[in-house]
Amino acid sequence: MRYLPLTESDRGAMLAAIGASSVDDLFRDVPAEARLARALDLPNHAGEMEVERRLSALAAPNMTAGSVPFFLGAGVYRHHIPAAVDALIQRGEFLTSYTPYQPEVSQGTLQYLFEFQTQVALITGMEVANASMYDGATACAEAAAMACRITRRPEVLLSGSLHPHYRAVTATALQHTGHRIEELAPDPVGIEDLMGRIGGDTACVVVQNPSFFGGLRDLAALAAACRAEGALLVVAVAEPVSLGLLKSPGAMGADIVIAEGQSLGVGLSFGGPGLGLFATREKYVRQMPGRLAGQTVDADGRRGWVLTLSTREQHIRREKATSNICTNSGLCALAFSIHMTLLGEQGFRRLARINHAAAAKLAARLRAIPRVRVLARRFFNEFALLLPTAAAPVVEELAARRILAGVPASRFYPDFPELADVLLVAATETATESDMDALAAGLAEVLK
Amino acid sequence: MTGYRDGHRGILLEEPLIFEQDSPGCSGVDLPEVEGAEDTLDGLLREGPIGLPDLAEPSVVRHYTRLSQKNFGIDSVFYPLGSCTMKHNPRLNERMARLPGFADIHPFQPETTVQGALALIDECARWLKTLTGMPAIAMSPAAGAHGELCGLMTIRAALDARGEARRRVLVPESAHGTNPASAAACGYMVDSVPANARGRVDLAALKAKLGPDVAAFMLTNPNTCGLFEDEILEIAAAVHAAGAFFYCDGANFNAIVGRVRIADLGADVMHINLHKTFSTPHGGGGPGAGPTVLSHALAPYAPLPLVIHDAGGLRLVEHPLDPALRATGAAPLGRLKGYHGQFGTFVRALAYMMSHGADGLLQASSDAVLAANYLLAELSGDLTPSYPGPCMHEALIDDRFLKDTGATTLDIAKALIDEGFHPMTMYFPLVVHGALLIEPTETESKATLDAFVATLRDIVRRAKSGEGPALREAPHLAPRRRLDETTAARQPQLRWFPPAPAKAAE
Repeated sequence: MRYLPLTESDRGAMLAAIGASSVDDLFRDVPAEARLARALDLPNHAGEMEVERRLSALAAPNMTAGSVPFFLGAGVYRHHIPAAVDALIQRGEFLTSYTPYQPEVSQGTLQYLFEFQTQVALITGMEVANASMYDGATACAEAAAMACRITRRPEVLLSGSLHPHYRAVTATALQHTGHRIEELAPDPVGIEDLMGRIGGDTACVVVQNPSFFGGLRDLAALAAACRAEGALLVVAVAEPVSLGLLKSPGAMGADIVIAEGQSLGVGLSFGGPGLGLFATREKYVRQMPGRLAGQTVDADGRRGWVLTLSTREQHIRREKATSNICTNSGLCALAFSIHMTLLGEQGFRRLARINHAAAAKLAARLRAIPRVRVLARRFFNEFALLLPTAAAPVVEELAARRILAGVPASRFYPDFPELADVLLVAATETATESDMDALAAGLAEVLK
Repeated sequence: MTGYRDGHRGILLEEPLIFEQDSPGCSGVDLPEVEGAEDTLDGLLREGPIGLPDLAEPSVVRHYTRLSQKNFGIDSVFYPLGSCTMKHNPRLNERMARLPGFADIHPFQPETTVQGALALIDECARWLKTLTGMPAIAMSPAAGAHGELCGLMTIRAALDARGEARRRVLVPESAHGTNPASAAACGYMVDSVPANARGRVDLAALKAKLGPDVAAFMLTNPNTCGLFEDEILEIAAAVHAAGAFFYCDGANFNAIVGRVRIADLGADVMHINLHKTFSTPHGGGGPGAGPTVLSHALAPYAPLPLVIHDAGGLRLVEHPLDPALRATGAAPLGRLKGYHGQFGTFVRALAYMMSHGADGLLQASSDAVLAANYLLAELSGDLTPSYPGPCMHEALIDDRFLKDTGATTLDIAKALIDEGFHPMTMYFPLVVHGALLIEPTETESKATLDAFVATLRDIVRRAKSGEGPALREAPHLAPRRRLDETTAARQPQLRWFPPAPAKAAE
């Protein structure tokens, strides 16, 4: 087996050194009746070519985004990833290292985490950010729990603008911890009354901007209302590229910002792994979940980095930890950070403008189709379309014509018949003019 | 110490932060400018600069390459970090995860366009169920601790369905910190079970703590002392007799893959760390994956999404109102993760499992255990193993051998760095004093193991012959010497700030 360097003679010599008669002898603590006496119903080892052949056969039937006109979003966005990102994250010293518990030989990881934390703080307009969470949805649940710890209040108010998976994950994660989750109905046009729902029990209000349905809003008034009631404002950002164009959540008064970082550097990968971004105000840092890299000096007085404030974490604090998280999304954070560094200030802002321009162009084109309406007046790179018929069959029909048109809202909200005709459509810098032509023509034809 | 301009020492290069290399006018991308599209966004637009640095691609590539050179990784050094299973990461797995048919598909494409991806999840699930002997699996947990939460939540859901309000979870004192943290996140009180003199669960103490308020007993097996719990069948029977569930923490599954199925040990649930046992890379701290196998009693509560077979092929069940759930009587506990789990990690794990096959997986766990016992035997003359062998995949040593040397476990670990080895896990588990937990894995050659033994013995002999205090200065040759963690925690500096502008002359 190509991954196993011990030879039969090595094994013999090692057993002799141990004083064991066989490897089976080393397993003598396993109760005899629990030992597996027969072969498992699995194939034996296979060479690289054979494995590649078998897995390629599973990859081949999938319709890849790059091979068709593609307009899906709903929390996962397809952006061009510069070639340098993947080349650099595959360096073995990054790929095959562990969590940087030995800082003297992990300065590479620690320094990029420190840079990543700074980038995340800058784009979200917050003071501090952690070294990443699993994904946006789990980061959202952690943010809600953190707000409850800070305010010592039980109620979490989830806006109808919030991604349905973020809502579901938050409600699931907090179901046994004495919290109350208030979920507002899905809100495709941005008319819900959040301010009227904030009360003395409210720990936090969680809103998404751009909304799950694409709409944008200024959150300053909501932030003020939260402050007045002693609640925290948690802002979710499912498309971080939007932060290159829009006012940051921090500037609008957010107390905690969580985001899905997948858009930058990570890629689609059928939705996982993702990258949870988590940022907050400095005064809350000791209530924050997750790892933190911090700056210090070494014995020679040289600048260096370590994992710090770990007394919040499970390996020190056990059942009193701020979270149970251990493994997070280090390599995805690196990919995000490299992509962000390649973009820089100019590139990041320009990328955001290109995305918005693409969506604006696409919306204008689709709006021209009879009986099709664009729901939001103001959006970033994604918007909700109201079709004259159920969206899901339209999407299937277009997929049969090799167009991946968007995501029907009914996939998340089958119990809301008023959303049956709603289709989420996103356009990033990867959408070409001819892609847009194909979608507009295909949709017009299917709706005929 | 350095004596060289800018602190460089040959290939060990000092590298400033990206923020200190800002070169306005440069860019690492070529994107066209667009104008005028944001007319409708009045009042919503960002004002003022963000503060990100601008660098051209060559500077970016050099920056991250230099950072990488400051890291130890499995690719370059022996990395015997106990409990972390730092084994070789095959590059075939990386190539497979990057096939466009896996990497360039969106989670919300129509299911008809992703049948191969759903088949991959299903096939990965089949291997994991077969290797554990368990009938069901929740694929979506993102990491080991997330799998723990998943398992405990299924237990809670099953107990709620029975109308039993059990509120206590028992955890051995040697457990990973995630166990009690996950139990607390699931709303349980945590109660610790002591170890016996043999480094295993004290069965009598466990039985004394079991009662009608106990929901589950969580046990890592092989345990965190690297020992197989030889009374595990009695443990499982006692836990079940008390009406509680038996949670197996799969962190150390690497020792027994292909040789023991946890179903045959009486487990009700176990999470599997794909980034340990199945070698999807650790990546400096993730992403991992923690699929969680479940017994028949817990299977109905598995979180969404589920992959099921129906007339049209494979299908995702993503919503609690999906009719397929009613048909089977399943009652998912909710959703633990966005989308469909760590798909890219599943691809890597399946490539690993297919490459090894049933025979290779058995050989791998055998070699992992053989290597750990070899280290235990070779080191036992100079160091002090905490328990007599055989051990499983990792060897536990405590610091009795350092008595009166003036050196500590930490010093031994740091001295290894200067010799080109990553340290072992230190000070864990907590049940022995000054623990050194050494996990070699199956992917190291005998020559590497011998070199490690010789080096570690040499360091220990130096410590015993009066050089103990000098070891406190190690490491000398790493990119950094020991870092001041106390100041880092007292005055946290968690991000870069631009230097304050020079004060005007007064």
